[in-house]
Amino acid sequence: MAQFEEVGPAKPITESIRVDKVSPRARVFHNLRALAVLVMAIVGLIPIFVMVVTAFKTRSDVVADPPKVFFNPTLEGFVYLFTERALLPQARLEEAQANAEDLGLFGRIALESGQEITAPSDYVNRLKNSLIVAGVSTVTSVVLGLFAAYAFSRFNIAGKDDLLFFILSTRMLPAVVVTIPIFLLYRQLGLHDTYLGMILLYTAFNLSFSVWLLKGFIDEIPREYEEAALVDGYTRLQAFFKIVLPQAVTGIAATTVFCLIFAWNEYAFALMLTSDQARTAPPSIATMLGRGGIEWSAIAAGSLGFLIPVVIITFALRNYLLRGVTFGAIRQ
Amino acid sequence: MATIQLQQVEKKFSEFYAVKPMDLTIADGEFVSLLGPSGCGKTTTLRMISGLETVSGGTISLDGRNVTWRHPSDRNIAFVFQFYALYPHMNARQNIAFPLQAEGMAKADIEKRVEEVVKLLHIESLLKTHPGKLSGGDKQRIALARALVRRPAAFLMDEPLGALDAEFRESMRAEIKRLHLSIHATTVYVTHDQVEAMAMSDRIVVMSAAEVQQVGTPAEVYYDPANLFVARFIGSPGMNLLAGQHVGKQIHLTGGGQYVIPDHLHGPLTEALNGNNDIILGFRPEAAEINPDGTLTGNVYATDMHGAYTMLHINLNENEIIHIRGDRAISFPIGTQVRFDLKPDMVRFFHPKTEKAIRGEAHS
Repeated sequence: MAQFEEVGPAKPITESIRVDKVSPRARVFHNLRALAVLVMAIVGLIPIFVMVVTAFKTRSDVVADPPKVFFNPTLEGFVYLFTERALLPQARLEEAQANAEDLGLFGRIALESGQEITAPSDYVNRLKNSLIVAGVSTVTSVVLGLFAAYAFSRFNIAGKDDLLFFILSTRMLPAVVVTIPIFLLYRQLGLHDTYLGMILLYTAFNLSFSVWLLKGFIDEIPREYEEAALVDGYTRLQAFFKIVLPQAVTGIAATTVFCLIFAWNEYAFALMLTSDQARTAPPSIATMLGRGGIEWSAIAAGSLGFLIPVVIITFALRNYLLRGVTFGAIRQ
Repeated sequence: MATIQLQQVEKKFSEFYAVKPMDLTIADGEFVSLLGPSGCGKTTTLRMISGLETVSGGTISLDGRNVTWRHPSDRNIAFVFQFYALYPHMNARQNIAFPLQAEGMAKADIEKRVEEVVKLLHIESLLKTHPGKLSGGDKQRIALARALVRRPAAFLMDEPLGALDAEFRESMRAEIKRLHLSIHATTVYVTHDQVEAMAMSDRIVVMSAAEVQQVGTPAEVYYDPANLFVARFIGSPGMNLLAGQHVGKQIHLTGGGQYVIPDHLHGPLTEALNGNNDIILGFRPEAAEINPDGTLTGNVYATDMHGAYTMLHINLNENEIIHIRGDRAISFPIGTQVRFDLKPDMVRFFHPKTEKAIRGEAHS
């Protein structure tokens, strides 16, 4: 059989060689499609682009008409975002300018508009709150959801369909409708403006979603794998961790991203149920609109800072997400 | 290796029987096939032995130890699945070693045991490959290795060759058979392929409609089917079955023709029929001998050339087709009349109501 070894493609075929896909007409269509996708992507990305650009503009550049595409980038917006400042009196201004080298980067930028930094702004805390609330609630809802989804997928549970519907039904009520009752409830229970309250709420909201999504992924994993592990001498729980979990990774990644995005972006509940201690970033970005003139560059910087964690997580999990799309296409 | 004993084992889903109460004793080192059409309960039976399915009643013993309610991991059995069930995130070697890790065996010992089965199955070149990149036959070899490596008390195989293509199936069949002989392993093998069951088994359990129809050696189920189902199901084509009337020492076939009953069967037949004359006569295609003076006649309806012989479809009378084996060297044009006799020792009788075989002492 050795003489046959050279037959076959020398390198793996990475694109289609089907006649109907490489004919000149098909190529034209292919390019047109690619162009359409590109245009759509650009249109979709314009607001993000404007936001990023605005975050680095000076106060006057932000409101320039027509909008400036080329400008001197500055961190002014970030200084406004992260700090509380006070105008320096003339006497101290000169003194400060003389010692400008002792100041940090932010201090120097503030000094350019005659201000000194008095304290870090609330935003830093808000961002930290967002990280804690969204992070913990995401982990909790994915972990609980995973076990629940496995049970729903594998065991005969009395009233399984009704239970699943009940879980889904918690999603059917618009958030606005339950905000007031939850607000009153939380006040009574002392959960108002606490991490625990927000984590519980977001977990409850995300759990229905994660159970349903993960059940779909676990249903796709053939039972035979666990059964093989069971007869191979493992307990149900060991089989779950050693066999099911590694294969459910794509589903877990997809669910994590979706839960994180919900908890991270949630606005209405955060506005109603928190005031200071546990206030998350979304409502605090909105309140920046009010304080003596609109600092567009600070708002853009705040939105940008708010966007980055989700982008990082999604980017880190992108391989799993992509595989999640094709999951189930290949058996074994 | 071990004996497996099923006592009145049954499986019910609410009121519906998946497996009706069955008794079966599988001897140490025996190769037993559960054979039947799909949905007959053979896989359920196998899964009950493995513990992957709970029983609704009865007891299962392995080597005298009652394991009816033991966890699958506690039964010391190995299961080979139709779709291999190799863990996709581990390579072949890790797959094979996986059951040993469950026992907490030392690394060096695991290595040694893996080497042993790898040598036995000649799969050295596959070890670093992940299951996704292996062919069906190689996947099943790895799955067999994973089953073997634990040296379990018994092997349970659920249509292990069902997903392979025909060529592979034949060679894997021989491999499994050799393996069985060399390690003398008690094996329960589920299949719907009678050729497989015939070729590999010491005994065959024919199942249908959740019930055991017959337990016997391949020769027994082929030559002495216990009832009409087994007669039809085993063999391709199945046994020819002709309705008739038992009159005196003869059977008058409904489609015309007589058959003279051998003397030793006359008594048992009369007794079994108990005043009723209706009877079914059965014979295998190779039991008919074409003979110009034969007592039975029919017309050639179609002929299939099988290489070593020709299978003749004979129209006995309107729309009653039987199959008989003809000499490959003689041509039988369609429509010609064929006369034939039946070899007396290869004719079987069945009761039309109970569908059970009526056996003379010689066959009982």
